[in-house]
Amino acid sequence: MARKPSPQQEAPSNTSKEELLKYYRDMLLIRRFEEKAGQLYGMGLIGGFCHLYIGQEAVVVGLEACAKEGDKRITSYRDHGHMLACGMEARGVMAELTGRQDGYSKGKGGSMHMFSREKHFYGGHGIVAAQVPLGAGLAFADKYLGNDNVTFTYFGDGAANQGQVYETYNMAELWDLPVVFVIENNQYAMGMSVKRSTKSTTFFGRGEAFGIPGEQVDGMDVLAVKAAGEKAVAHCRAGKGPYILEVMTYRYRGHSMSDPAKYRTREEVQKMRDERDPIENIRDMLLTGKHATEEDLKALDKEIKDIVNDSAEFAKDSPEPDLAELWTDIYADELPQGSAEENA
Amino acid sequence: MAIEILMPALSPTMEEGTLAKWLKKEGDAVKSGDVIAEIETDKATMEFEAVDEGIMGKLLVAEGTQGVAVNTPIALLVEEGEDADAAPAPKAEEKPAEAKAPKKDEGAQPGQSAIEEVVTPQPKPRSPDWPEGTKMKTMTVREALREAMAEEMDRDDTVFLMGEEVGEYQGAYKISQGLLERFGPKRVVDTPISEIGFAGIGTGAALAGLRPIVEFMTFNFAMQAIDHIINSAAKTLYMSGGQMGCPIVFRGPNGAAARVGAQHSQDYAAWYAAIPGLKVVMPYSAADAKGLMKQAIRDNNPVIFLENEILYGRSFEVPDLPDFTIPFGKANTVRSGDDVTLVSFGIGVAHALEAAAKLAEEGIEADVIDLRTLRPLDYDAILSSVKRTNRCVTVEEGFPVGAIGNHISAYLMENAFDYLDAPVICCTGKDVPMPYAANLEKHALITPAEIVEAVKKVTYK
Repeated sequence: MARKPSPQQEAPSNTSKEELLKYYRDMLLIRRFEEKAGQLYGMGLIGGFCHLYIGQEAVVVGLEACAKEGDKRITSYRDHGHMLACGMEARGVMAELTGRQDGYSKGKGGSMHMFSREKHFYGGHGIVAAQVPLGAGLAFADKYLGNDNVTFTYFGDGAANQGQVYETYNMAELWDLPVVFVIENNQYAMGMSVKRSTKSTTFFGRGEAFGIPGEQVDGMDVLAVKAAGEKAVAHCRAGKGPYILEVMTYRYRGHSMSDPAKYRTREEVQKMRDERDPIENIRDMLLTGKHATEEDLKALDKEIKDIVNDSAEFAKDSPEPDLAELWTDIYADELPQGSAEENA
Repeated sequence: MAIEILMPALSPTMEEGTLAKWLKKEGDAVKSGDVIAEIETDKATMEFEAVDEGIMGKLLVAEGTQGVAVNTPIALLVEEGEDADAAPAPKAEEKPAEAKAPKKDEGAQPGQSAIEEVVTPQPKPRSPDWPEGTKMKTMTVREALREAMAEEMDRDDTVFLMGEEVGEYQGAYKISQGLLERFGPKRVVDTPISEIGFAGIGTGAALAGLRPIVEFMTFNFAMQAIDHIINSAAKTLYMSGGQMGCPIVFRGPNGAAARVGAQHSQDYAAWYAAIPGLKVVMPYSAADAKGLMKQAIRDNNPVIFLENEILYGRSFEVPDLPDFTIPFGKANTVRSGDDVTLVSFGIGVAHALEAAAKLAEEGIEADVIDLRTLRPLDYDAILSSVKRTNRCVTVEEGFPVGAIGNHISAYLMENAFDYLDAPVICCTGKDVPMPYAANLEKHALITPAEIVEAVKKVTYK
């Protein structure tokens, strides 16, 4: 059931210093990357829609900590964090945001449509909730091939009101598909708060009608996310079918860059930042537990800043795609991702 | 008084059926609601119930008789004590043709649809897709599609079929009959009625490298799923900069069946053909259905395979080859002539061939091109024919606005303007939702007579 947020200052004894530092680093990379993306957007280097993940970092970092090689992930258009967390290069992501040749999609996908064969990242989908059956389909393939891979299918509280989610729940449970449905409940679907969109506000419970277990998790606490993720993944890997995690999170920035933010108060956002920030939370843990000194963290901050600045420079310097690219990648002669077996 | 029991129409497109089994013998009492026979239609084996009460006086059609036309008397029901005509029932080995009802007056009876007339014009390809001297076998479009899927499932373990009623029900139109028994439930997957859900799951499985065949019970229902077909399947390769292919076939009947009304009678050819990233196939003959289906399953891109319910039961010659495929983008000239070019696809080809035969009686020889695939489209075949005939009429069942014919017409204007001796005419379905009433439906559809008229206009006859 829903747990009251309870910021931890002490790391649980089963979490190593290395793990804590990794989560801190990964979350910080997403935060700084997104801040830089926001800047580049303001400078006109990034166009169109750009949805930042700032505030939600603990969700994807906590869940990636439960993944093994071969596991797949798929998400919505708020996807930069997921890409960085699964190991995709900041350079390639940023260059895609600027629409350049060295972007993950050669500049043809943009912020909302990026993919990586190598990292088993299946997008980046611009249609709300379309990634939900697609994610179940990825899991269908793994089950068909008889391996123990799991697919992480991320979607928001807004997508959770789309009909295709429930068609997918039904079939995923019917066929015991190894898929973790991760509902990133950041409490606003664009400007529509959860309370204004439904009377059934506990999304994790909506799988019950289909027989899918679910739970709500504090999404501002990376360790809590990881603990719940491990449980969910174990359930899927054991062949018991799908699992739902409703991860309670918060986005600090607007829905997209053009969000006037009239639907919530500045105070609400500030309070969340001050009291619940997932990165500050783990930073405190590192310092309190004497896992790191201020100096260590400063050095880490600098390292991250360098990566992000480098990605921005790379993304500015990378050429625009050749005009010939307009006409490529419409049809495939060979299957680019290889057969299902190669892909598993 | 004896009551005639007539061969029932058990599906919208049933023209004839097999009297599989009698469940009542002569002399048995029959109550209303009793199952008296099992009748095999083109779609399924159905139980046939009695409406009236009485004694089974005489069985007029023997068990196992095939090709019994709808409305043929199959039995006589008599009252207690009444004597049925003493003549013996026909024997099972009787030839199917003899069981057929007398030819009805064309279109004369109310309640009869235009398509009840079974004409299957046979294509005579100028250059067939198989070597000369190849042994041929006769099969229906339905059998051809089934055989193509089964062969590809044998060939490649990653090919599987999913959709509503494809398994235990044996296919809503019997296309997948027997496949569940042959390949098992892992590879013949019955889905709940969730078009957008299973289209998305199929697409996801394809992105992971499996080769799903997703059957829509009809393409009318695919509108629930069209977002995945277009936004998820067709565009992902491009959006991923070439990283993620989507080898999937979306197939099922498309276009008008018979008497099923507006929501079940739409031709989506022009819709899907408009989308870069999709390949779109719409065969007419069984040979094309087979060769193109095998090609579609092997293709590394999303393929829309538009079938036609009325054509499912039609028979054609199919080459008896172990591995017969037809490449996409190659039209077939199914009748040769020099006076006008008729361009069509799918069931339109039947109408075009019928019109061409009538025109030939009046001395007008038509070149009939069956496009077979709409994306890629064989522009060269159209162009080279029109450059010779200087006249073109396009034939399709879909709506007139934004039709495939419109595109061909525009293409010819740009690329063959100086060769045209008359404006291109697009014969299409009418600009109305499909009506239910038989006479209205007949007029809403494209007919050979309209094609003949259009040809006369462009040939100034």
